[in-house]
Amino acid sequence: MTYDKRSDGRKFDELRPMEAKVGVIARADGSAMFKIGKTVAYAAVYGPRALHPSHMRNPETGILRCNYNMMSFSGSGERVRPGPSRRSKEIGLVTEKALLPVMDISGFPNTVVDVFIELLQTDAGTRCAGITAAALALADAGFPMRDLVAAVSVGKVGDKLVVDLSKEEEDYEEGATDMPLAILPRTGEVTLLQMDGNISKDELKELVENAKKAARKINEVQIKALKDKYGVN
Amino acid sequence: MTSGTKSYIQALLQRGIREDNRKMDEYRKITVEYGVSAKSAEGSARVKIGETEVVAGVKMEVGDPFPDKPDEGTIMVNAELLPLSSPEFESGPPDVESIELSRVVDRGIRESKTIDFKKLCIKPGEKVWLLFIDIYPINDDGNLFDAAALAAFAALRDAKFPAYDEETGKVKYSEKTDKPVPLECMPMACTVLKIGDKFIIDPSTREEEAADARLTLVSTDHTNLCAMQKGGTHPFVSEDINHMAELSLRKAEELRKLFK
Repeated sequence: MTYDKRSDGRKFDELRPMEAKVGVIARADGSAMFKIGKTVAYAAVYGPRALHPSHMRNPETGILRCNYNMMSFSGSGERVRPGPSRRSKEIGLVTEKALLPVMDISGFPNTVVDVFIELLQTDAGTRCAGITAAALALADAGFPMRDLVAAVSVGKVGDKLVVDLSKEEEDYEEGATDMPLAILPRTGEVTLLQMDGNISKDELKELVENAKKAARKINEVQIKALKDKYGVN
Repeated sequence: MTSGTKSYIQALLQRGIREDNRKMDEYRKITVEYGVSAKSAEGSARVKIGETEVVAGVKMEVGDPFPDKPDEGTIMVNAELLPLSSPEFESGPPDVESIELSRVVDRGIRESKTIDFKKLCIKPGEKVWLLFIDIYPINDDGNLFDAAALAAFAALRDAKFPAYDEETGKVKYSEKTDKPVPLECMPMACTVLKIGDKFIIDPSTREEEAADARLTLVSTDHTNLCAMQKGGTHPFVSEDINHMAELSLRKAEELRKLFK
Protein backbone atom coordinates (compact mmCIF):
# COMPACT_ATOMS: atom_id res chain seq x y z
CA MET A 1 0.00 0.00 0.00
CA THR A 2 2.95 2.39 0.17
CA TYR A 3 3.40 4.76 -2.71
CA ASP A 4 7.03 5.70 -2.18
CA LYS A 5 7.89 7.51 -5.32
CA ARG A 6 5.72 9.31 -7.86
CA SER A 7 5.81 7.67 -11.25
CA ASP A 8 7.16 10.83 -12.89
CA GLY A 9 9.66 11.55 -10.11
CA ARG A 10 7.92 14.63 -8.69
CA LYS A 11 7.79 15.51 -5.01
CA PHE A 12 4.40 14.74 -3.47
CA ASP A 13 3.44 18.41 -3.33
CA GLU A 14 4.98 19.32 -6.66
CA LEU A 15 2.95 20.52 -9.65
CA ARG A 16 3.84 19.42 -13.15
CA PRO A 17 5.60 22.01 -15.34
CA MET A 18 3.18 24.72 -16.42
CA GLU A 19 2.92 27.06 -19.34
CA ALA A 20 0.32 29.76 -19.99
CA LYS A 21 -0.31 32.20 -22.78
CA VAL A 22 -3.13 34.67 -23.37
CA GLY A 23 -4.46 36.03 -26.65
CA VAL A 24 -3.86 32.81 -28.58
CA ILE A 25 -7.09 32.91 -30.61
CA ALA A 26 -7.36 36.12 -32.61
CA ARG A 27 -11.07 35.81 -33.45
CA ALA A 28 -12.09 35.53 -29.81
CA ASP A 29 -12.76 38.45 -27.46
CA GLY A 30 -10.41 36.81 -24.98
CA SER A 31 -8.43 33.60 -25.10
CA ALA A 32 -5.77 31.56 -23.36
CA MET A 33 -3.81 28.33 -23.49
CA PHE A 34 -2.85 26.56 -20.27
CA LYS A 35 -0.60 23.54 -20.19
CA ILE A 36 0.16 21.47 -17.11
CA GLY A 37 2.33 18.43 -17.74
CA LYS A 38 0.91 16.89 -20.88
CA THR A 39 -2.61 18.25 -20.42
CA VAL A 40 -3.24 21.12 -22.83
CA ALA A 41 -6.38 23.31 -22.60
CA TYR A 42 -7.51 26.16 -24.81
CA ALA A 43 -10.19 28.62 -23.72
CA ALA A 44 -11.96 31.29 -25.75
CA VAL A 45 -14.45 33.93 -24.58
CA TYR A 46 -17.09 35.49 -26.80
CA GLY A 47 -19.38 38.19 -25.50
CA PRO A 48 -21.27 39.70 -23.95
CA ARG A 49 -23.43 38.98 -26.99
CA ALA A 50 -27.11 38.41 -27.73
CA LEU A 51 -28.33 35.24 -26.03
CA HIS A 52 -30.01 32.53 -28.08
CA PRO A 53 -32.40 30.91 -27.44
CA SER A 54 -34.05 34.17 -26.45
CA HIS A 55 -36.30 32.65 -23.78
CA MET A 56 -33.15 32.16 -21.68
CA ARG A 57 -32.49 35.90 -21.65
CA ASN A 58 -32.46 37.53 -18.26
CA PRO A 59 -33.40 41.22 -18.18
CA GLU A 60 -31.60 41.63 -14.86
CA THR A 61 -28.19 40.21 -15.73
CA GLY A 62 -26.00 38.64 -18.34
CA ILE A 63 -25.37 34.93 -18.01
CA LEU A 64 -22.19 32.90 -18.18
CA ARG A 65 -22.24 29.77 -20.32
CA CYS A 66 -19.30 27.36 -20.25
CA ASN A 67 -18.75 24.57 -22.70
CA TYR A 68 -16.12 21.89 -22.04
CA ASN A 69 -15.00 19.51 -24.76
CA MET A 70 -12.28 16.96 -25.33
CA MET A 71 -11.09 16.77 -28.93
CA SER A 72 -11.85 13.29 -30.27
CA PHE A 73 -8.19 12.31 -30.44
CA SER A 74 -7.26 13.69 -27.02
CA GLY A 75 -8.14 10.69 -24.84
CA SER A 76 -5.62 8.14 -23.69
CA GLY A 77 -7.36 5.07 -25.12
CA GLU A 78 -9.90 4.79 -27.89
CA ARG A 79 -11.22 7.80 -29.75
CA VAL A 80 -13.64 9.96 -27.77
CA ARG A 81 -16.96 10.24 -29.54
CA PRO A 82 -17.46 13.81 -30.73
CA GLY A 83 -20.24 15.93 -29.30
CA PRO A 84 -21.49 16.54 -25.79
CA SER A 85 -21.53 13.73 -23.24
CA ARG A 86 -22.99 13.58 -19.75
CA ARG A 87 -19.50 14.07 -18.41
CA SER A 88 -18.71 17.12 -20.55
CA LYS A 89 -22.06 18.74 -19.70
CA GLU A 90 -21.46 18.32 -15.99
CA ILE A 91 -17.96 19.75 -16.28
CA GLY A 92 -19.36 22.74 -18.20
CA LEU A 93 -21.80 23.32 -15.38
CA VAL A 94 -19.27 23.13 -12.54
CA THR A 95 -16.90 25.32 -14.54
CA GLU A 96 -19.58 28.02 -14.67
CA LYS A 97 -20.03 27.81 -10.93
CA ALA A 98 -16.28 27.96 -10.42
CA LEU A 99 -15.90 31.17 -12.43
CA LEU A 100 -19.09 33.10 -11.64
CA PRO A 101 -18.12 34.16 -8.10
CA VAL A 102 -15.32 36.39 -9.42
CA MET A 103 -17.42 37.99 -12.12
CA ASP A 104 -20.02 40.69 -12.25
CA ILE A 105 -21.97 40.54 -15.49
CA SER A 106 -25.10 42.17 -14.09
CA GLY A 107 -24.30 45.19 -16.24
CA PHE A 108 -24.99 43.23 -19.44
CA PRO A 109 -28.68 42.26 -19.23
CA ASN A 110 -30.12 39.85 -21.82
CA THR A 111 -26.68 38.79 -22.99
CA VAL A 112 -24.48 35.74 -22.70
CA VAL A 113 -20.78 35.43 -22.08
CA ASP A 114 -19.71 32.23 -23.81
CA VAL A 115 -16.65 30.37 -22.64
CA PHE A 116 -15.43 27.50 -24.81
CA ILE A 117 -12.86 25.08 -23.44
CA GLU A 118 -11.16 22.56 -25.69
CA LEU A 119 -8.65 19.91 -24.67
CA LEU A 120 -5.97 19.16 -27.24
CA GLN A 121 -4.17 16.49 -25.22
CA THR A 122 -5.04 15.01 -21.85
CA ASP A 123 -3.14 13.51 -18.94
CA ALA A 124 -5.63 14.04 -16.08
CA GLY A 125 -6.61 17.33 -14.46
CA THR A 126 -8.49 18.48 -17.55
CA ARG A 127 -11.35 20.33 -15.85
CA CYS A 128 -8.84 22.17 -13.67
CA ALA A 129 -6.68 23.11 -16.65
CA GLY A 130 -9.84 24.26 -18.43
CA ILE A 131 -10.91 26.48 -15.53
CA THR A 132 -7.41 27.94 -15.15
CA ALA A 133 -7.34 28.74 -18.88
CA ALA A 134 -10.90 30.12 -18.84
CA ALA A 135 -10.09 32.54 -16.01
CA LEU A 136 -7.18 33.84 -18.06
CA ALA A 137 -9.35 34.16 -21.17
CA LEU A 138 -11.94 36.17 -19.21
CA ALA A 139 -9.22 38.47 -17.92
CA ASP A 140 -7.84 38.78 -21.46
CA ALA A 141 -11.33 39.77 -22.64
CA GLY A 142 -11.20 42.62 -20.14
CA PHE A 143 -13.97 41.61 -17.77
CA PRO A 144 -13.88 43.18 -14.33
CA MET A 145 -12.95 40.32 -12.01
CA ARG A 146 -12.61 40.12 -8.26
CA ASP A 147 -9.73 37.67 -8.62
CA LEU A 148 -8.39 35.08 -11.04
CA VAL A 149 -9.39 31.46 -10.53
CA ALA A 150 -6.74 28.74 -10.31
CA ALA A 151 -7.77 25.11 -10.26
CA VAL A 152 -5.85 22.01 -9.29
CA SER A 153 -6.56 18.42 -8.54
CA VAL A 154 -5.22 17.03 -5.28
CA GLY A 155 -5.77 13.59 -3.84
CA LYS A 156 -4.39 10.41 -2.47
CA VAL A 157 -2.42 7.79 -4.34
CA GLY A 158 -1.91 4.61 -2.34
CA ASP A 159 -1.11 5.95 1.12
CA LYS A 160 0.28 9.36 0.06
CA LEU A 161 -1.40 12.73 -0.30
CA VAL A 162 -0.37 14.26 -3.60
CA VAL A 163 -0.86 17.41 -5.63
CA ASP A 164 -1.76 17.48 -9.33
CA LEU A 165 -2.39 13.83 -10.15
CA SER A 166 -1.29 12.43 -13.49
CA LYS A 167 -3.42 9.93 -15.39
CA GLU A 168 -1.12 7.14 -14.27
CA GLU A 169 -1.72 8.16 -10.65
CA GLU A 170 -5.47 8.44 -11.13
CA ASP A 171 -5.41 4.86 -12.39
CA TYR A 172 -3.15 3.60 -9.57
CA GLU A 173 -3.95 -0.05 -9.03
CA GLU A 174 -4.32 0.05 -5.28
CA GLY A 175 -6.66 2.99 -5.35
CA ALA A 176 -6.50 6.72 -5.86
CA THR A 177 -8.61 9.62 -4.68
CA ASP A 178 -9.07 12.55 -7.01
CA MET A 179 -10.27 15.87 -5.66
CA PRO A 180 -10.39 18.83 -8.04
CA LEU A 181 -10.66 22.30 -6.54
CA ALA A 182 -10.96 25.78 -7.99
CA ILE A 183 -9.58 28.44 -5.72
CA LEU A 184 -9.53 32.23 -5.61
CA PRO A 185 -5.82 32.70 -4.94
CA ARG A 186 -6.15 36.00 -3.09
CA THR A 187 -8.68 34.88 -0.49
CA GLY A 188 -8.34 31.10 -0.63
CA GLU A 189 -12.06 30.73 -1.25
CA VAL A 190 -13.06 27.49 -2.98
CA THR A 191 -15.43 27.70 -5.95
CA LEU A 192 -15.23 24.14 -7.22
CA LEU A 193 -14.97 21.06 -5.09
CA GLN A 194 -15.48 17.52 -6.26
CA MET A 195 -14.08 14.25 -5.05
CA ASP A 196 -14.09 10.61 -5.86
CA GLY A 197 -12.23 8.10 -3.81
CA ASN A 198 -11.81 7.55 -0.14
CA ILE A 199 -10.19 9.91 2.40
CA SER A 200 -10.56 10.74 6.07
CA LYS A 201 -11.75 14.02 7.54
CA ASP A 202 -8.19 14.95 8.54
CA GLU A 203 -6.88 14.14 5.11
CA LEU A 204 -9.56 16.34 3.58
CA LYS A 205 -8.40 19.23 5.72
CA GLU A 206 -4.80 18.74 4.69
CA LEU A 207 -5.68 18.34 1.02
CA VAL A 208 -7.58 21.61 0.92
CA GLU A 209 -4.58 23.40 2.39
CA ASN A 210 -2.29 21.69 -0.14
CA ALA A 211 -4.58 22.78 -2.95
CA LYS A 212 -4.49 26.39 -1.75
CA LYS A 213 -0.71 26.40 -1.81
CA ALA A 214 -0.67 24.85 -5.28
CA ALA A 215 -3.25 27.36 -6.52
CA ARG A 216 -0.95 30.22 -5.54
CA LYS A 217 1.80 28.71 -7.72
CA ILE A 218 -0.61 28.30 -10.62
CA ASN A 219 -1.71 31.88 -10.08
CA GLU A 220 1.89 33.08 -10.48
CA VAL A 221 1.96 31.46 -13.91
CA GLN A 222 -1.38 33.08 -14.77
CA ILE A 223 -0.18 36.51 -13.73
CA LYS A 224 3.03 36.11 -15.70
CA ALA A 225 1.03 35.21 -18.83
CA LEU A 226 -1.07 38.35 -18.47
CA LYS A 227 1.99 40.50 -17.89
CA ASP A 228 3.70 38.96 -20.93
CA LYS A 229 0.88 40.22 -23.11
CA TYR A 230 0.00 43.48 -21.44
CA GLY A 231 3.48 44.45 -20.32
CA VAL A 232 2.56 45.85 -16.91
CA ASN A 233 4.77 45.41 -13.89
CA MET B 1 -21.37 41.50 -44.24
CA THR B 2 -22.72 44.77 -45.57
CA SER B 3 -23.03 45.26 -49.31
CA GLY B 4 -20.66 48.19 -48.86
CA THR B 5 -17.87 45.93 -47.61
CA LYS B 6 -18.47 43.53 -50.44
CA SER B 7 -18.31 46.21 -53.10
CA TYR B 8 -15.21 47.63 -51.39
CA ILE B 9 -13.39 44.30 -51.60
CA GLN B 10 -14.54 43.90 -55.22
CA ALA B 11 -13.45 47.40 -56.17
CA LEU B 12 -10.01 46.79 -54.64
CA LEU B 13 -9.67 43.53 -56.58
CA GLN B 14 -10.57 45.31 -59.82
CA ARG B 15 -7.44 47.37 -59.24
CA GLY B 16 -5.47 44.22 -58.46
CA ILE B 17 -5.27 44.89 -54.74
CA ARG B 18 -6.19 42.71 -51.77
CA GLU B 19 -6.96 44.14 -48.35
CA ASP B 20 -3.77 42.68 -46.87
CA ASN B 21 -1.67 43.60 -49.94
CA ARG B 22 -1.10 40.01 -51.00
CA LYS B 23 -0.90 38.99 -54.64
CA MET B 24 -3.97 37.27 -56.08
CA ASP B 25 -2.19 33.91 -56.04
CA GLU B 26 -0.24 34.29 -52.82
CA TYR B 27 -0.65 32.13 -49.72
CA ARG B 28 -0.09 33.60 -46.29
CA LYS B 29 2.80 32.09 -44.33
CA ILE B 30 2.16 28.38 -43.74
CA THR B 31 3.63 26.42 -40.85
CA VAL B 32 3.23 22.75 -40.01
CA GLU B 33 3.95 21.41 -36.54
CA TYR B 34 3.82 17.70 -35.74
CA GLY B 35 2.97 15.77 -32.58
CA VAL B 36 0.82 18.46 -30.97
CA SER B 37 -1.16 15.75 -29.16
CA ALA B 38 1.55 13.09 -29.13
CA LYS B 39 0.57 11.70 -25.73
CA SER B 40 -3.02 11.09 -26.78
CA ALA B 41 -3.29 10.71 -30.53
CA GLU B 42 -1.52 8.22 -32.79
CA GLY B 43 -0.71 11.12 -35.07
CA SER B 44 -1.34 14.85 -34.80
CA ALA B 45 -0.45 18.16 -36.37
CA ARG B 46 -1.12 21.86 -36.24
CA VAL B 47 -1.26 23.91 -39.43
CA LYS B 48 -1.25 27.68 -39.52
CA ILE B 49 -2.02 29.68 -42.64
CA GLY B 50 -1.53 33.25 -41.54
CA GLU B 51 -3.73 33.56 -38.46
CA THR B 52 -5.89 30.61 -39.41
CA GLU B 53 -5.03 27.69 -37.19
CA VAL B 54 -6.28 24.11 -37.48
CA VAL B 55 -5.32 21.00 -35.52
CA ALA B 56 -5.93 17.43 -36.63
CA GLY B 57 -5.43 14.11 -34.90
CA VAL B 58 -5.52 10.47 -35.94
CA LYS B 59 -6.85 7.73 -33.66
CA MET B 60 -6.65 4.12 -34.79
CA GLU B 61 -9.00 1.34 -33.82
CA VAL B 62 -9.33 -2.25 -34.88
CA GLY B 63 -12.74 -3.19 -36.19
CA ASP B 64 -14.71 -5.26 -38.64
CA PRO B 65 -14.28 -4.67 -42.37
CA PHE B 66 -17.25 -3.73 -44.55
CA PRO B 67 -18.82 -6.95 -45.92
CA ASP B 68 -18.19 -5.85 -49.52
CA LYS B 69 -14.51 -5.02 -48.81
CA PRO B 70 -13.37 -7.81 -46.49
CA ASP B 71 -9.65 -7.12 -46.98
CA GLU B 72 -9.67 -3.35 -46.60
CA GLY B 73 -9.46 -0.98 -43.67
CA THR B 74 -10.80 2.53 -44.01
CA ILE B 75 -10.62 6.13 -42.89
CA MET B 76 -13.24 8.31 -41.27
CA VAL B 77 -12.83 12.06 -41.41
CA ASN B 78 -14.68 14.34 -39.05
CA ALA B 79 -14.45 18.11 -38.79
CA GLU B 80 -16.15 20.23 -36.20
CA LEU B 81 -16.39 24.00 -36.62
CA LEU B 82 -15.69 24.78 -32.99
CA PRO B 83 -17.43 27.83 -31.55
CA LEU B 84 -14.08 28.44 -29.83
CA SER B 85 -12.58 29.40 -33.18
CA SER B 86 -15.00 32.01 -34.49
CA PRO B 87 -17.96 34.13 -33.35
CA GLU B 88 -19.84 32.74 -36.37
CA PHE B 89 -19.84 29.11 -35.22
CA GLU B 90 -22.44 27.74 -32.83
CA SER B 91 -22.55 24.76 -30.50
CA GLY B 92 -24.64 21.77 -31.37
CA PRO B 93 -24.64 18.79 -33.67
CA PRO B 94 -22.45 19.19 -36.78
CA ASP B 95 -24.03 21.66 -39.16
CA VAL B 96 -23.90 21.34 -42.90
CA GLU B 97 -20.70 23.40 -43.22
CA SER B 98 -18.83 21.04 -40.88
CA ILE B 99 -20.13 18.07 -42.83
CA GLU B 100 -19.08 19.57 -46.16
CA LEU B 101 -15.60 20.31 -44.84
CA SER B 102 -15.23 16.75 -43.48
CA ARG B 103 -16.40 15.20 -46.71
CA VAL B 104 -14.19 17.29 -48.97
CA VAL B 105 -11.11 16.39 -46.90
CA ASP B 106 -12.22 12.74 -46.80
CA ARG B 107 -12.65 12.54 -50.58
CA GLY B 108 -9.30 14.19 -51.18
CA ILE B 109 -7.48 11.56 -49.13
CA ARG B 110 -9.60 8.61 -50.25
CA GLU B 111 -9.63 9.36 -53.98
CA SER B 112 -5.93 10.20 -54.11
CA LYS B 113 -5.29 6.57 -53.10
CA THR B 114 -2.49 7.84 -50.91
CA ILE B 115 -3.51 5.16 -48.41
CA ASP B 116 -3.78 1.66 -49.78
CA PHE B 117 -6.70 0.43 -47.71
CA LYS B 118 -5.57 -3.17 -48.28
CA LYS B 119 -2.50 -2.36 -46.18
CA LEU B 120 -4.83 -1.62 -43.26
CA CYS B 121 -6.06 -5.20 -43.24
CA ILE B 122 -5.01 -7.37 -40.29
CA LYS B 123 -7.02 -10.51 -41.05
CA PRO B 124 -9.24 -10.60 -44.16
CA GLY B 125 -12.93 -10.69 -43.35
CA GLU B 126 -12.27 -10.25 -39.64
CA LYS B 127 -10.02 -7.45 -38.45
CA VAL B 128 -8.92 -4.24 -40.11
CA TRP B 129 -7.54 -0.89 -38.96
CA LEU B 130 -9.95 2.05 -38.88
CA LEU B 131 -8.29 5.46 -39.02
CA PHE B 132 -10.29 8.28 -37.45
CA ILE B 133 -9.07 11.67 -38.59
CA ASP B 134 -10.54 14.48 -36.50
CA ILE B 135 -10.10 18.09 -37.54
CA TYR B 136 -10.69 21.17 -35.38
CA PRO B 137 -10.15 24.83 -36.22
CA ILE B 138 -8.62 26.82 -33.36
CA ASN B 139 -8.88 30.19 -35.10
CA ASP B 140 -10.79 30.82 -38.32
CA ASP B 141 -9.22 33.59 -40.31
CA GLY B 142 -10.29 32.16 -43.65
CA ASN B 143 -9.46 29.22 -45.92
CA LEU B 144 -10.39 26.41 -43.55
CA PHE B 145 -10.66 23.98 -46.48
CA ASP B 146 -6.98 24.13 -47.42
CA ALA B 147 -5.86 24.32 -43.79
CA ALA B 148 -8.02 21.33 -42.80
CA ALA B 149 -6.73 19.22 -45.71
CA LEU B 150 -3.13 20.12 -44.87
CA ALA B 151 -3.63 19.35 -41.17
CA ALA B 152 -5.27 15.99 -41.93
CA PHE B 153 -2.43 15.01 -44.27
CA ALA B 154 0.22 16.16 -41.79
CA ALA B 155 -1.44 14.20 -38.96
CA LEU B 156 -1.40 11.07 -41.14
CA ARG B 157 2.29 11.58 -41.84
CA ASP B 158 2.90 11.88 -38.12
CA ALA B 159 0.89 8.76 -37.24
CA LYS B 160 2.38 5.53 -35.91
CA PHE B 161 0.37 2.36 -35.37
CA PRO B 162 -0.25 1.41 -31.75
CA ALA B 163 0.63 -2.11 -30.64
CA TYR B 164 -2.03 -4.72 -31.37
CA ASP B 165 -2.33 -8.01 -29.56
CA GLU B 166 -3.75 -10.52 -32.04
CA GLU B 167 -4.53 -13.07 -29.33
CA THR B 168 -6.76 -10.82 -27.23
CA GLY B 169 -7.80 -8.55 -30.11
CA LYS B 170 -6.95 -5.50 -28.02
CA VAL B 171 -5.15 -2.36 -29.09
CA LYS B 172 -2.50 -1.24 -26.63
CA TYR B 173 -2.68 2.52 -26.92
CA SER B 174 0.12 3.10 -24.44
CA GLU B 175 2.52 1.25 -26.74
CA LYS B 176 3.24 2.91 -30.05
CA THR B 177 5.14 0.98 -32.69
CA ASP B 178 7.48 2.73 -35.11
CA LYS B 179 5.33 1.65 -38.04
CA PRO B 180 4.00 4.64 -39.99
CA VAL B 181 0.89 4.79 -42.16
CA PRO B 182 2.15 4.10 -45.70
CA LEU B 183 1.37 7.14 -47.84
CA GLU B 184 1.74 6.73 -51.59
CA CYS B 185 1.34 10.36 -52.68
CA MET B 186 0.62 13.86 -51.42
CA PRO B 187 -2.97 15.00 -51.98
CA MET B 188 -3.11 18.78 -51.56
CA ALA B 189 -6.20 20.96 -51.55
CA CYS B 190 -5.95 24.44 -53.02
CA THR B 191 -9.19 26.41 -53.04
CA VAL B 192 -9.77 29.19 -55.57
CA LEU B 193 -12.35 31.93 -55.03
CA LYS B 194 -14.11 33.89 -57.70
CA ILE B 195 -15.02 37.46 -56.83
CA GLY B 196 -16.45 39.42 -59.76
CA ASP B 197 -14.17 38.39 -62.62
CA LYS B 198 -11.13 37.94 -60.37
CA PHE B 199 -9.67 34.74 -58.94
CA ILE B 200 -7.85 34.58 -55.64
CA ILE B 201 -6.44 31.86 -53.42
CA ASP B 202 -6.13 31.59 -49.64
CA PRO B 203 -9.00 33.94 -48.82
CA SER B 204 -9.46 35.83 -45.58
CA THR B 205 -12.89 35.52 -43.92
CA ARG B 206 -13.88 38.88 -45.40
CA GLU B 207 -12.92 37.74 -48.88
CA GLU B 208 -14.86 34.51 -48.33
CA GLU B 209 -17.95 36.51 -47.46
CA ALA B 210 -17.48 38.72 -50.52
CA ALA B 211 -16.95 35.78 -52.87
CA ASP B 212 -19.40 34.79 -55.58
CA ALA B 213 -18.21 31.21 -55.76
CA ARG B 214 -15.38 28.93 -54.75
CA LEU B 215 -13.81 25.78 -56.08
CA THR B 216 -11.75 23.44 -53.94
CA LEU B 217 -9.50 21.22 -56.02
CA VAL B 218 -7.43 18.39 -54.59
CA SER B 219 -4.48 17.24 -56.68
CA THR B 220 -1.82 14.57 -56.32
CA ASP B 221 0.83 16.14 -58.57
CA HIS B 222 1.17 18.99 -61.05
CA THR B 223 -1.39 17.58 -63.50
CA ASN B 224 -3.69 15.15 -61.72
CA LEU B 225 -6.81 16.10 -59.80
CA CYS B 226 -8.53 13.64 -57.47
CA ALA B 227 -11.40 15.64 -55.93
CA MET B 228 -13.32 18.85 -56.46
CA GLN B 229 -16.06 20.75 -54.72
CA LYS B 230 -17.81 23.89 -55.85
CA GLY B 231 -19.32 26.26 -53.34
CA GLY B 232 -21.19 29.52 -53.60
CA THR B 233 -24.17 30.50 -55.69
CA HIS B 234 -22.64 31.97 -58.84
CA PRO B 235 -22.16 29.72 -61.88
CA PHE B 236 -18.81 29.10 -63.59
CA VAL B 237 -18.19 29.10 -67.33
CA SER B 238 -15.73 26.56 -68.67
CA GLU B 239 -12.91 29.15 -68.94
CA ASP B 240 -13.35 29.82 -65.23
CA ILE B 241 -12.93 26.15 -64.41
CA ASN B 242 -9.86 25.75 -66.60
CA HIS B 243 -8.27 28.81 -65.11
CA MET B 244 -9.03 27.75 -61.54
CA ALA B 245 -7.67 24.26 -62.16
CA GLU B 246 -4.41 25.60 -63.54
CA LEU B 247 -4.01 28.02 -60.67
CA SER B 248 -4.81 25.35 -58.09
CA LEU B 249 -2.45 22.77 -59.60
CA ARG B 250 0.38 25.28 -59.66
CA LYS B 251 -0.14 26.37 -56.06
CA ALA B 252 -0.58 22.82 -54.78
CA GLU B 253 2.95 22.10 -55.96
CA GLU B 254 4.10 24.82 -53.56
CA LEU B 255 2.14 23.17 -50.74
CA ARG B 256 3.83 19.86 -51.48
CA LYS B 257 7.20 21.48 -50.81
CA LEU B 258 6.14 21.84 -47.16
CA PHE B 259 6.49 18.06 -46.90
CA LYS B 260 9.75 17.53 -48.75
